[in-house]
Amino acid sequence: MTDKISSPPRDAAGLIARLSRARPTRPGEIYGVPGQGNTLWLSACSIALFFFVWWLVTAMGWVKPLFVPSPMEIVAKFISIWNNGFIGTSFLDHLTISTVRVFGAFLLACVIGLPLGLAMGMSPVMRGIFDPPIEFYRPIPPLAYLPLMIIWFGIGETSKVLLIFLSVFAPVVLGARSGVKSAAIEQIHAAYSFGATRWQVMRYVIMPSAMPEILTAMRIGIGFGWTTLVAAEMVAATKGLGYMVLSASQFLQTPIVIMGIFVIAIIAFAFDLLMRFVERRLVPWKGRM
Amino acid sequence: MRLNVDSLSVIYPAADGRPPVAALSQINLTIEDDEFVVALGASGCGKSTLLNLIAGFLSPTSGSLKLDDKLVSGPGADRAVVFQKHALLPWLNVLDNVAFGLQIQGVGKNARHETADKFIGLLGLNGFQQSPVYKLSGGMQQRVGIARALTCDPKILLMDEPLGALDALTREKAQELILNIWNDTHKSVFFITHSVEEALFMGTKLIVMSPRPGRIMHTFDLPFSREFLNGTPARQVKASREFICLREDVLKIIFADEEQAA
Ligand SMILES: Nc1ncnc2c1ncn2[C@@H]1O[C@H](COP(=O)(O)OP(=O)(O)OP(=O)(O)O)[C@@H](O)[C@H]1O
Ligand SMILES: [Mg+2]
Repeated sequence: MTDKISSPPRDAAGLIARLSRARPTRPGEIYGVPGQGNTLWLSACSIALFFFVWWLVTAMGWVKPLFVPSPMEIVAKFISIWNNGFIGTSFLDHLTISTVRVFGAFLLACVIGLPLGLAMGMSPVMRGIFDPPIEFYRPIPPLAYLPLMIIWFGIGETSKVLLIFLSVFAPVVLGARSGVKSAAIEQIHAAYSFGATRWQVMRYVIMPSAMPEILTAMRIGIGFGWTTLVAAEMVAATKGLGYMVLSASQFLQTPIVIMGIFVIAIIAFAFDLLMRFVERRLVPWKGRM
Repeated sequence: MRLNVDSLSVIYPAADGRPPVAALSQINLTIEDDEFVVALGASGCGKSTLLNLIAGFLSPTSGSLKLDDKLVSGPGADRAVVFQKHALLPWLNVLDNVAFGLQIQGVGKNARHETADKFIGLLGLNGFQQSPVYKLSGGMQQRVGIARALTCDPKILLMDEPLGALDALTREKAQELILNIWNDTHKSVFFITHSVEEALFMGTKLIVMSPRPGRIMHTFDLPFSREFLNGTPARQVKASREFICLREDVLKIIFADEEQAA
């Protein structure tokens, strides 16, 4: 809230007292909800401060531009690459190919992973079969099995998409699997007492109540997808944001590296905002019953 | 309609180092057409277990359970359950929640909405058809649950502490509402409660259960709900001499059971 910033506590003791106990809430809020409160202003300030410090450090010449180029240089680089492309490919092409790789892998992971996760939650047989392989590969860093992907699937799109797919797949499966447990036993019993079949209980009770966890899993999953993008584009790529960052770093083109990082971060963040919006529309009841 | 419980026993097997629990032992009970049977008893005396048996969620260790001379072998639409809470589907609005049972049974959208509408009116929820259920008060949610149970025209309504989560005032209103609906629809009811007053006021038959092993200790026939339905105000019924005497008697029995068990 705005006035939390504009009316700071008088002294340190007051601050500690305020932090150590919850204050009464205003009408419309709920007392004691962890982490309640609007963060928009603080976030805006934190971003502004970040850019200011960055600008200050570069403008004062405290670090060499090779290590930290100024924000304006990044913007200039962005405009120049937008107009002229990077290594013979237009910026939009780099952007598109990476987005297609990540979202392709993400969609594939959802199409396979969500039903599989639900099935694992519903059936001990499925869980017994698929739990070991998934739990086995899940903690391995993608870079570790990247060479295997190349040996098995070559250096084409397959191994790139597959690598991203694998990193999205595990969280999506696990989310759907634990989502199955969200339905209250009373809801399930109510359905059975109307004569529902197992399939109907699944379709009308278990799947809808798993939605919040599934959406969260998808958000986490796509995050993993973006983190794996650069690794995937290490493999004989000639296009893509990850490729752009990697090859720029080989020529010590720090502005391009940073610019690429920002572009990836912004797309990922924009998609996350979209998912949050979808969440609010699709499961407004989340945590309310 | 006639529900017949014949020398029914349930033993929960030993688990995690706990000894086996004789949750119910040699229960005999019949519920006739139009009867309102209330079960009362200390916590853990097997009331919910008995309800789950009748609902078909649990099968007995021994003994038999028959509905209209047919052995009960699983849940079915002829026995509708009203739960204490958490049983509505928050992603559906009031109308679709009430119509949920009919949807399960494959009734078309218009037909089921029409039936649901009727019961929504009966439960005094008109105007809330499109509201999300999670925005309703506890009392209204419970009425949605009752409406949902009624839509499929069950032979018997099973209610496990349906009013336990309500405040005193809403609870008294809900008691009257349920009695009126029972009177209008002529369903049989099996009703669990912890409130002696509620039990006496609502039931036509009261069973008092006692724990370890869970069994029926006493059975009473009750006149009070009929008095209410014949026009005596609820508070007047509950303040009458007979009501208060019986209330104290039943309380004494329950406390005596408690002490014996302890
Ligand atoms: N699934 C179970 N496994 C093992 N024991 C159980 C199980 N369910 C209930 N019990 C035991 O059976 C006994 C009867 O339980 P039940 O839930 O029927 O009691 P209740 O009368 O409904 O109690 P309350 O009034 O607290 O709801 C209790 O001693 C309980 O611990
Ligand atoms: Mg119980």
